[in-house]
Formats: sequence, C-alpha cells, structure tokens
Amino acid sequence: MDALDVARWQFGVTTVYHFLFVPLTIGLSVLVAILQTMWHRTGNERYLKLTKFYGKLFLINFAMGVVTGIVQEFQFGMNWSDYSRFVGDIFGAPLAIEALVAFFLESTFIGLWIFGWDRLPKRAHLASIWAAAIGTNLSAYFILAANSFMQNPVGFRINPDSGRAELTDFPAVLTNKVALITFPHTLAGSFLVAGSLVVAVGLYHVIRNRDSADTGAYRFATKFGSWVVLVASAAVLFTGDIQGKIMTDVQPMKMAAAEGLYTTESPASFSVLTIGSLDGSREVFALKIPYLLSYLGTGDPNGTVHGINDLQAQYATQYGAGSYTPIIPVTYWSFRFMIAFGMAAAAIALLVLWSQRKGRTPRSRWLLRAGLAMPVLPLLANSFGWIFTEMGRQPWIVFGEMLTRNGVSRSVSLTEVLTSFTAFTLIYATLAVIEVKLLLRYAKAGVPDVSEQHPIDDTHDDAERPLAFAY
Amino acid sequence: MDLTTIWFLLVAVLFTGYFILEGFDFGVGMLLPVLGRNDRERRVLINTIGPVWDGNEVWLITAGGAMFAAFPEWYATLFSGFYLPLLLILLALIARGVAFEYRHKRPEASWKRRWDAAIVVGSLLPAILWGVAFANILRGVPLDADHEYVGGLLDLLNPYALLGGATTLALFLTHGAVFLALKTTGDIRERAGALAVRLGVGAAVLAVGFLTWTLSIRSSAAAAVLAVGAALALLGGLAAAKVRREGWAFTGTAVAIGLAVATLFAALFPNVLPSTLDAAGTLTATNAASTPYTLKIMTWVAVIFTPVVLAYQGWTYWVFRKRIGVANIPQH
Repeated sequence: MDALDVARWQFGVTTVYHFLFVPLTIGLSVLVAILQTMWHRTGNERYLKLTKFYGKLFLINFAMGVVTGIVQEFQFGMNWSDYSRFVGDIFGAPLAIEALVAFFLESTFIGLWIFGWDRLPKRAHLASIWAAAIGTNLSAYFILAANSFMQNPVGFRINPDSGRAELTDFPAVLTNKVALITFPHTLAGSFLVAGSLVVAVGLYHVIRNRDSADTGAYRFATKFGSWVVLVASAAVLFTGDIQGKIMTDVQPMKMAAAEGLYTTESPASFSVLTIGSLDGSREVFALKIPYLLSYLGTGDPNGTVHGINDLQAQYATQYGAGSYTPIIPVTYWSFRFMIAFGMAAAAIALLVLWSQRKGRTPRSRWLLRAGLAMPVLPLLANSFGWIFTEMGRQPWIVFGEMLTRNGVSRSVSLTEVLTSFTAFTLIYATLAVIEVKLLLRYAKAGVPDVSEQHPIDDTHDDAERPLAFAY
Repeated sequence: MDLTTIWFLLVAVLFTGYFILEGFDFGVGMLLPVLGRNDRERRVLINTIGPVWDGNEVWLITAGGAMFAAFPEWYATLFSGFYLPLLLILLALIARGVAFEYRHKRPEASWKRRWDAAIVVGSLLPAILWGVAFANILRGVPLDADHEYVGGLLDLLNPYALLGGATTLALFLTHGAVFLALKTTGDIRERAGALAVRLGVGAAVLAVGFLTWTLSIRSSAAAAVLAVGAALALLGGLAAAKVRREGWAFTGTAVAIGLAVATLFAALFPNVLPSTLDAAGTLTATNAASTPYTLKIMTWVAVIFTPVVLAYQGWTYWVFRKRIGVANIPQH
C-alpha cells in the first residue's frame, strides 16, 4: 500500500459518500419547490404540510451535502496536486464558476427559505426555494462539465514547454458531449432518489398511520412520488442509452469493460452474465443476448464493438507499454448493479401506483417493505454508476492524457494521507448514523400541524414575537 | 493592469470577504459557552448567524475555486503543502456546519451539549489555523525548484505563524462579540458589548504586534498604509464598542479585519508563495497563473456575477436585520 492507493480510496469513499446526499438535494429541492408552488396556487393546506414535512427531510440531508462538498474541492489540491497543476487551467474554471454562479445562489437562498417564512412576502419566499433549487441543479452542471473533461478531454492543447493542458476553447468544455448527456442522466438519477424518498415516507404513513387526518396528504405524496420515479426512470433509460453510445465512441475501453467483452465483435451480444478467467483475460462462461450490445453501443444491431484485448493492444502501441485495462469485475458488476437497482425502484413505484388504483388503500406489509427499500435502491444505483464511470476510466485520471498515478501529490506522505483517510472515514461514518436516525425520526413524526403557522399575535408586540423558524 | 494582477486582487478580495463574514460567525461559535448561559440564550446566539453562515462559507469555496482556476500552481502547492492544517480545518467546518443544522433537532440536553462542543471546536480550530496558514504564506515555506513543499508540519508552527493564529483568533472573537452586541437584545447584548471591549484590547495588541512583524518580513508602501489603517479601524471600532455604538463598532472590526488581510496580500505581492530555500521555487502571480485565455473568461464571469452575488447576499442581511432576544426563540 502506498500513498497513491490511499489517496484513491479516499477519493472513492468521500465522493461516493458526498453523492449519497447530492441526489436528494438536487431532486428534493425541486419537488419541495413544486409542492410549495401548489400550495401557493391552490391555498390547499395539504400542500403546505407536505412542503414543510419534506422540506425538513430535505434540510437534514442538505447540511450533509454542503459540508462534504467542501472536502471535494480541497481534495484535488491536497491529494492530487500534480493533477491540479496539469489541468488547473481548464478544470479550475468550472469549479470556480460553480461556486460563484451556483453555490452562492443555493446557499444564500436556502438560508432565506429556512428562516424566511415570517420575514418574506409569500411570493418572495416561494421564489427563494426555486432559486435554491436552480442553484443546486446549475451546480451539478458545472461539476459534471469538469468531470466530463476527465472522461473526454476537449477544448485544450498540451503546452509543449510546460507539458500542461491549456484551455483553448471554453465553450467546447461546457458543451462536451459527455457533459451534455451526463447532466440529464445524473439529474434523472437524482429525481429517482428524491421521488423514491417521497414515496417511501408517504407509503409508510398511508399503511401504518391509517386513521390519520392527513391520509389524503400522504396518499397524494405517494402518488406524486411514484410518478416522479416513473418519469425519472424513463429519463434515466433514455439518457443512459445515448450515454452508452457516446461512451462506445469516446471511451471504448469503458464500454468493453462494462460488458466484459474481451474480443472485438460485430455484431456484439449483450452479456447477461459473464464469468471471466482469474487473470481477467478471457471469458469462461457467458449468457448473452445477441445483437443487443451492438445496438446499445452503436445504434446498429450489426455494429462493431471493440473488445478489451484489442483495445489494450491498440493503447499499448499508442501510449507505450503498460496496462490500459480497468479492473473488469468492478466495472462489469457496477454497471449491472447500477441498472438493476435503478430499475427495481421503478418497478416498486409501479406496484405502489397499482395498489392505490381507483382510490384503493394499500395494506400489504410486503408492499410497505418494498416501499421502504425504495430510496436505498436508486442511491445504490447512483453510487454504482459513479464507481463504474470513474473506475472504468482507469488507469487514466484524464483519459488519454494523464495516468492516475501521475496525478497524486508528491509532497504528501503515506502517513498524512492515511491520517486524512481515517479521519474522514470516521467522521463520515458517525455522521451517517446520526443523519439516518434523524431522517427516520422526522419521517415517522409525519406532517406538521400548520394551523398555528404565522399567527398574528396581538398580545405581543413585534419585538417579542417568536420566530417562525429558529435553530 | 494585467490579468494576473487582477486575479491576485480578486483572490485577495474573496479571502478578505471570507474572513470578514465568517470571522464573526467563527466568533459567535466560540463565544457560545461564554455568552450563552442556558439553552435559550445559546439558541439566540446561533440564530443570529443561522440564516447567513452557509452563504458566508461559500466565500471560502469561491476563493478556493478562484485560486484553482487562476493560479493552479499556487492552489496545488499550498493545499498539498499545508496538508494537516487544511485537514483539520475541513473536519472542523464539517462538524460545525452539521451542528448548526442538527442541534435543535432533538430535545435532549446531552444531544445539544455535543453539538455545542462541535460548534465551539469547529469554530476555534479554523479561527486559529487560518491565521497560521496565512502567516506562513507571507513568511514563505520551504519549496524546491519544482515548487513542491519539502517542509514538514513543524515548519508551519514557527513563532510568527503562531502569533498569526493568535491574532486571527482574537480578532474573530472580538468581531463575533461586536456582532452579537449588534444583533441581540437585552442581557446578551449587554454582556456581548462589555466582552467585546475586553477582547478587543487583547486583539489590538496582538494585531499590532503581528502586523509590525509582518512588515519587517516583507513590506511595501501599500502594505504599511493598509496596516496602519487596520490598526486605526480596530481602535475606532473598540472606542465605538466602549460607548455602545454597535453599528460603528461592527464597521470598525469588519474594516480592521479586511485591511489586515489586505495588508498580508499587499506585502506578499507579486509573490503568492515565497520559498525559503531556492529562490527559483518561489511562486509568483506570474509563474503560478493560468493562461491569459482562462483568466479572460474568468474575469468576464466575475465581472458579471460578483455584483449579483453581492446584491442578493446584501439583501439577505437586510431581510434578517432585526435583533433577536430570548423572547423570539420558539419552543421548538
């Protein structure tokens, strides 16, 4: 074990952890904004209750997303300083713009929304949650544009004197075809998580809390969330399909690694299950659907999909001797888990909708169990998606331009990076336990009573009136 | 003025803004057990910064991003070189950020006590470590000809840097107390006002000592003027605090912190991270910078969006301008 390995593990752990909170922030900010807009339009208290209820869950999660995000920005400089030097001219710009354009918007307006219930006119307060939601989603765009440069570097040249990448075309970086497709795919994946949480919590109260006066609100939430999940899963499939074709084009090795496809095939069949030999150089057993991989990768059922061994040989000629193959079991299985977990959530959403058809009330314990599992499934799908996309790029940190092992900080010792990895793992694990417990506690507590909101209290003068919300 | 100078100024402005804004919320965090005698009082303190602390912290994220984009070499060398202090700062910011949000989520006293500790330690560590870090940036650190940091942790803990840490600690404590006197009512306001004066005397002594030492390490006419300005602003702020002119007191400490940070950057220029070894290792605003094309794009983005950000952030402070006291704290 050396500093490089630990730095990679730390990046993996902190990034996957960060992205447990981000999808909920992205998706739920918009869903809460929609609920509040419905209250604003209809005046129906049910929507206000749901806004406050899901808003609370949103905020418990939001805090974690913010604090784990700072680590991400610092980590490039701390653990990956040679990478930062190599790409700073290009990669720094979207990060800085994200902070200035998106993150300020999100953080400032979330503060206004949390504390502004009795301080802002209703419209301005509604606009605040929308501003925060827009900031969050914009933020995702800039971060994904930065990541897409690592997958498919565009709009740059290598300075022959310094050996560094230099920006030559910024619009090209922002309109990188990988970024343009990864952004909607990530948003769809995020709404899958947010919708699933809305369903799970709603369904819990519909089934467990049957005599509640708020059953109508929960039923609405359950259906609303299920539709979000269904639309999001359609969007995930649609964007994922396009993404697969782009990947086959710009990162053929990643596609081959996703499939455990060792030799070039035309037409190529999609692997349902492939077991490779121990050294990972050939397949031992495979169950396949003919033509499907060609279609997924190229849009043509007879298209050519390059195999790992051929690409490895080609890259060795192009970039010099060495291994250019990712760890196949990791990419192969993470790709499958991503699809399976994501689609499982969609299937449960269908069941939930079916169980409530024509005003029926679902009672099944099995349905409840499935419903409660729902938010975990797309979270896993998202995590495996990121593991796939980052591990599938290996051994590159910037595809075709810089190897991961050359990006690590030379001045940082193994002890230092181990200290940091241990510290983050411990604090993250502790916070995860606390966060989940709080989420469960507030999810079980149910929608708040809103009849006493914003009382015009004549007995106190304004200076003594309690705040509508306080920490 | 060339683009690298503009970006040096912008990074300086971002860090200045960060220390002025998060300076007081670090101060409030550290004063939690001092000025908050019971849970209700502590909630008053936390709620003075509740709506704004997150927006304040984005100044750091933007400063870090701007450094990365405009001066990748500076960002890379600094962040990998100052590894353990930055790690502690990150852990502290994580703990305190979550603490603000979670503290009121359960009624148990033990729960609140733990989060209070996270807020205090999470505010204290960065308040000291930022001073240590910036003092080291100014003093210079061991860099080899490749601009790699070759020192250890102990190189960062020199007397000058420790004085820097003590100075930022004292300044932020004073700034926080002054802010609390401005934003609260009743008993807390009185105590915060009295404490601000006492803390301020210590902060003034430390700040004058630190800035004098700074100017003896490296100096320019601009830095000297800014340092004098910082000292005068702090004394003015203290005088105002003494006579309980809270708005002026806060203006004084804010300007003092701003000018003190500006002094460091003015003294540093045109270097961004001097080497104490080989002079070739020194990073300057020129050799650490991105290409003119990147800087030009970033300049446009900054020119367009900075005023917008300042406008809405300023508006937030206006929306939450009212003082709060124990009577305003709801039961839940």
